[in-house]
Amino acid sequence: MSEVFDFVKNLLVENMQVEEGKINMDANIIEDLGADSLDIMDIVNDIEKQYDITIPQEQYENLKTVGDVVNFVESKMK
Amino acid sequence: MISENNHILITGGNRGIGKAICLAFARYKTHIHIWDINDNGFKELKNEIEALGSSAYFSKLNVASYSEVEKGTETLLEQAGSIDTVINNAGITRDNLLMGMKEDEWDSVISVNLKGTFNVSKHIIKSMIRKRNGTIINIASVIGLMGNKGQANYAASKAGIIGFTKSLAKEVGSRNVRVNAIAPGFIETEMTRKLPEEVIKNYAKLIPLNRMGQPSEIADLCLFLASDMAKYITGQVINVDGGMLM
Repeated sequence: MSEVFDFVKNLLVENMQVEEGKINMDANIIEDLGADSLDIMDIVNDIEKQYDITIPQEQYENLKTVGDVVNFVESKMK
Repeated sequence: MISENNHILITGGNRGIGKAICLAFARYKTHIHIWDINDNGFKELKNEIEALGSSAYFSKLNVASYSEVEKGTETLLEQAGSIDTVINNAGITRDNLLMGMKEDEWDSVISVNLKGTFNVSKHIIKSMIRKRNGTIINIASVIGLMGNKGQANYAASKAGIIGFTKSLAKEVGSRNVRVNAIAPGFIETEMTRKLPEEVIKNYAKLIPLNRMGQPSEIADLCLFLASDMAKYITGQVINVDGGMLM
């Protein structure tokens, strides 16, 4: 798995206390991992800081799964 | 009441109500972090805090400045690890009848009192959410509830703090972070000593307990709200005003 995936996985474990085993590219962040709007905001903040990118709020609804987030961040890094 | 080694951040902590709050928390062997725009009085206050068995740290900082608060928070969290209680107390008055109120008198009061509360809460809240624990206490005023001639700016800022308190309480309650406001009435401080004697006499007539309040009486409620005794209280505005506003 990519470095971005590891970073996102770490955030989910540390910020939201999600069990590590539940986290894969297909996991839906809200439905499968139990995030709410506050968690999403928290995670986005950390990703933006780490990779020096901006994730516009209108983009949030397209970022449903862990894979969506990882792919989005990697596309911004290129 | 307050756990030993708790870290408490108090804005505008060097004087008046803020100073009384510092001294109240200092009785519990805590770490008191004071942010204030001027350091007048800190040296003596630090001695008093240390004499009570707590430690005191000071940062000269303007809470109205988003960037200063952002930097101050980073330094504070590096130093303290986390903050258990924030008391947004820094406040100013620039009284004038609205007809004569200058733009700067409006802007400065809103910037320090209301935006200052936003700046500090916004930057600290993340660490409290992560920790699933924390309390924010915002010092509002009965003037924010009842209005006052010559204080449209101050009343608006304090009413704003009350709306802010309730909104934030709803946002972060699920993370065990509590946010409350205290609305002091007529308290004996440098701020109220500036008022004409006639105004003071007229206010006194409105107070059922028949006297002005003491800063320590606001501090006592801060201790209660910060403690586990208040662990089911959030989003509230509690008046400490001798019954002036019912």
